[in-house]
Amino acid sequence: MTPSASAPAVVVEAVRKSYGNVHALQGVDLQVPAGTVLGLLGPNGAGKTTLVKILTTLLRPDAGRAWVAGFDVVHQATPLRAVIGLAGQSAAVDGNLTGRENLEMVGRLHHLGGRMARDRACELLERFGLLDAAERRTKTYSGGMRRRLDLAASLVARPQVLFLDEPTSGLDPHSRRDLWDVIKELVRDGATVLLTTQYLEEADQLATTIAVIDHGHLIAQGTPAELKRRTGGEVLAIRVDDLAAADRAAALVRPYGESGAQVARTDGHLSIPVSGGSALLAGVVRDLDAAGVSISDIALRQPTLDDVFFALTGHAAEAASAGDSAVAAGRSRRDA
Amino acid sequence: MNATLLALRTEVRWALGDALVMAWRNMLRYRRSPELLVFSTIQPVMFVLLFAFVFGGAIQTGSANYIDYLLPGIFVQTVIFGAMQTGIGLAEDLAGGLVDRYRSLPMARSAVIAGRILADTARNVFVVALMLAVGHAIGFRFHTDVGRALAVVVVAVLFGHAFSWVSACIGVAVKDVETAEVAGFIWVFPLTFLSSTFVPVQSMPAWLQTVATHNPVTIVVDLLRALSQGGPVADPLWQTAAWAAGIVAVFAPIAIALYRRPS
Repeated sequence: MTPSASAPAVVVEAVRKSYGNVHALQGVDLQVPAGTVLGLLGPNGAGKTTLVKILTTLLRPDAGRAWVAGFDVVHQATPLRAVIGLAGQSAAVDGNLTGRENLEMVGRLHHLGGRMARDRACELLERFGLLDAAERRTKTYSGGMRRRLDLAASLVARPQVLFLDEPTSGLDPHSRRDLWDVIKELVRDGATVLLTTQYLEEADQLATTIAVIDHGHLIAQGTPAELKRRTGGEVLAIRVDDLAAADRAAALVRPYGESGAQVARTDGHLSIPVSGGSALLAGVVRDLDAAGVSISDIALRQPTLDDVFFALTGHAAEAASAGDSAVAAGRSRRDA
Repeated sequence: MNATLLALRTEVRWALGDALVMAWRNMLRYRRSPELLVFSTIQPVMFVLLFAFVFGGAIQTGSANYIDYLLPGIFVQTVIFGAMQTGIGLAEDLAGGLVDRYRSLPMARSAVIAGRILADTARNVFVVALMLAVGHAIGFRFHTDVGRALAVVVVAVLFGHAFSWVSACIGVAVKDVETAEVAGFIWVFPLTFLSSTFVPVQSMPAWLQTVATHNPVTIVVDLLRALSQGGPVADPLWQTAAWAAGIVAVFAPIAIALYRRPS
């Protein structure tokens, strides 16, 4: 039953799932090689959580088949559950139990035996920096602590495949970075992870491969670098001071873009994929100047996943947070 | 064949073990917040005092002492009210994110419900014992032997256990605490009041007597009266056993099926 090391840890074939008229998944095919991290990226309602729920046996697919660690998600649900870990969107920890009791309970429900469950709880509390809070009821924990405990709970039985459904949504940037470090460590230890996220930066940081999902369809798959190459060589980014002039600026910038590329706009920030090098900047500045549009910033930068997402879907990733744009700005190369 | 048997044994052992883990988790809650237990026992105590001293004087039971008549009824009412908590607790479990964790674990599918019912049954033992103490303080006495007195507690608790499965069906179906509470009262009130719990069935209009006589609550209350005050036990005992077994046989599979129901 156990798959060989080279077999994919997750296989999804033509999986469909609808809730009434809402078609959450419309025929998704996917593979996750063992020992890699797949980042499932998409906006709210794209179908990410539905796919995770199907792969963790919480939902049944309407059509199609899927296997995790060689087990069929519908017909071999019980043995499958023994080899997976799930950390969901809401930290599923029992507020009336202490951190230690929560982990011991999960160990016992995995039939590890009392001794093993206790030892494992101890190890994980230490690893996740929760030893000091181990004897406190988790309803007194902060959001970040609850997420860490939830992640610890998903690791109790040393799962072959770990599912993390938006593991950092709702966390402050500091706690998010903490959790990223923990996940990176798991990956270094050889875990196979399927991670969903709305944060492009998160996928960029953690994933070996990214699958972009939108309206129940898988629309692209590749390494972060491959996906970025899809948008073209570079991205021209400008910032206009006067929001009223943004439309005019967009029209002026458009001809400089790759053929068929659209101008992405958030407030006064405009961006478009280009391939022309820094010589192009002079032309853009001259045109904008001639039209009387004043700009406060202009740069050529490497495309981020934000740009990729826009290029693929025609709309921005909804939850691209202030933190993401700040990092994107930090990475931008000022050629002007 | 042997291997199948062995696998079945492991499965049964796991189902029991998982239910015990869940029961432990639910009972910890009472240990952590004893006020929860205290408040949940105030209501039955109030019922005892209300009926013993406010309504009791106006109720003609034909027996010498209304408190001796009342307490067996109170035991049954108490365990049924306790059973109502099963549905509310399960609705609470299912409404939160915790249930996704349970469903993704290789634990027995029955354990979430069975563990809740085990914990509620244990709590019912405590509450019935408390009602015995309160009853004793206001003059309730057993007029039989120790064996029958013990049987009163056992029958009451087992009967409550059976109704916990009914309550579980509601909790698992509605998945919402407030709805479970309201839905609970809809069956608990007629069941406990249209019976011999507080008044003799003969005092009701003829058409209602038919309902009350066949109400399983009347049957078990009459059994507890016979066990505590004396009288023939055999008939109400087998009828009670049949009702309890029937209720579990019907509602336990429904509750577990509702919980397992794939969405």
